Amino acid sequence: MAAIVTCRNIAKRFANGTLALDDVSLDVVEHQFLSLLGPSGCGKSTLLRLIAGLSEPSAGKIDWQAGASGLSFVFQEPTLMPWATALDNVLLPLRLAHVPTAERQDRATVALAQVGLAGFEKSYPRELSGGMKMRVSIARALVTRPKVLLMDEPFAALDEITRFRLNNDLLELWQRESLTVVFVTHSVFESAFLSQRIAVMAARPGRVIEDIAVDAPYPRLPDYRTSLTYNEHCRRASAALERAMAHG
Amino acid sequence: MADGRPTTDWSKFVAPLVLGLAALALWEGLVRAFKIPPYLLPGPILILQTLVTDWQTLMESWWITMSISLAALSVAVILGVALAVAFAASKWIERSFFPYAVVLQVTPIVAIAPLIIIWVNDVKLSLLICAWIVAFFPILSNTTVGLNSADRNLVDLFRLYRASGWQTLRYLKLPAAMPYFLAGLRISGGLSLIGAVVAEFVAGTGGSQSGLAYRILESGYQLRIPRMFAALALISASGILLFLALSLLSHLCLRRWHESALKQES
Ligand SMILES: Nc1ncnc2c1ncn2[C@@H]1O[C@H](COP(=O)(O)OP(=O)(O)O)[C@@H](O)[C@H]1O
Ligand SMILES: [Mg+2]
Repeated sequence: MAAIVTCRNIAKRFANGTLALDDVSLDVVEHQFLSLLGPSGCGKSTLLRLIAGLSEPSAGKIDWQAGASGLSFVFQEPTLMPWATALDNVLLPLRLAHVPTAERQDRATVALAQVGLAGFEKSYPRELSGGMKMRVSIARALVTRPKVLLMDEPFAALDEITRFRLNNDLLELWQRESLTVVFVTHSVFESAFLSQRIAVMAARPGRVIEDIAVDAPYPRLPDYRTSLTYNEHCRRASAALERAMAHG
Repeated sequence: MADGRPTTDWSKFVAPLVLGLAALALWEGLVRAFKIPPYLLPGPILILQTLVTDWQTLMESWWITMSISLAALSVAVILGVALAVAFAASKWIERSFFPYAVVLQVTPIVAIAPLIIIWVNDVKLSLLICAWIVAFFPILSNTTVGLNSADRNLVDLFRLYRASGWQTLRYLKLPAAMPYFLAGLRISGGLSLIGAVVAEFVAGTGGSQSGLAYRILESGYQLRIPRMFAALALISASGILLFLALSLLSHLCLRRWHESALKQES
């Protein structure tokens, strides 16, 4: 099991003096579904942005095995361009990479179909529901065929029914595309449902305090949500989160 | 409406139209009732008659004023957007130039118009420069704000996909600035007309190549007050026309995505 991204002893201090992360070491294992779980303000987003190369660590080192070109990012908000159709939003990364017009149209159409939005190519973001906008955002992340998908609380703003459905779809995509996913969440239940591994973080300064394996098999069908195994994993993650809060 | 039927769109136009006609009728009635002489206050019918009889001269002047305004507006758009893009590209350019743009904006145009008219030999060109000075700032400042208003996360996304500066401008910053630019354009449209008229008042030169402002001055000297009113009516009508045209343009550009252009659900 090869590490696709390696973070070694990284620290991040912002210009205003806030020490958002201190001595974080974390391996992102290829094809693994990893969750970063922690209370609000513990540096989850900061860590994800460092992994994405959107900001530089103040200390320590991050190594990418794949090169950053195989990375995609999904934000908490859908972050779509309101002036562009769903299709144009999805093909943006290809346009920026100078992929020829016909090819990028085709690939974006396929990506939209992949997230269940075939037929919505010409819709503008304002015409779509919150869940659909998030699907467009995921399609945009997938259209470049990334190795690593970084997601920052992507479903936090959605209602529970939509969130559960997107959880199922995400797991399916992850398996089908053999992605590596780093999924930031503050929900114990979401992390225990989705991931193979949960890195629990504590705040002030942000650091990883526990690394929990969730060894339930996939596919995790909806009845996993009511199973005893799931319950047990939630309990363990919850206890770890308690300890993280006590640390903070 | 209480019964849920949609309000017909044209009632929006009929209401002000009826009010306007009533006001004109009252005006005409008062002028006739009190026998006010036309050199003090002509009635609307006389003004309309003057508009028809002097149509040729007035239209020539109207076109001169309009062409100066439109040319000034075009130059304001080109230079305003270009400078705003330069501001967005470099904080240093913005810091160096912006104060002077403000100086240009706060100095009353009537105060600098005489200088410009002296410096620039060509009357039309000097009027164009004056109109440009007034029309320039709203476009510059609005577009500058607009270019900086792109969603932070989208900016990050463009960085993540290694977009070039040009790509970020073309696909992110310019579209994000569009609503701001168009709002500025609507303000500048009216201002360019005002600038052209004010500058011509200051210039006060006559000849065959003069615009509506000079027609007003000239009619004043000659006590042809109905013609003065006719020219005034043409200036107002042109202002309204410019505003409507630019509003339509703005609506067409934004209707598919921007909140300001969306039909309200009732
Ligand atoms: N750009 C920034 N400048 C200064 N402080 C920041 C910045 N971004 C985040 N922080 C601070 O760093 C800490 C971690 O933030 P963040 O990574 O967003 O936490 P999380 O995503 O876990 O809620 C917080 O205390 C936050 O206030
Ligand atoms: Mg966060």
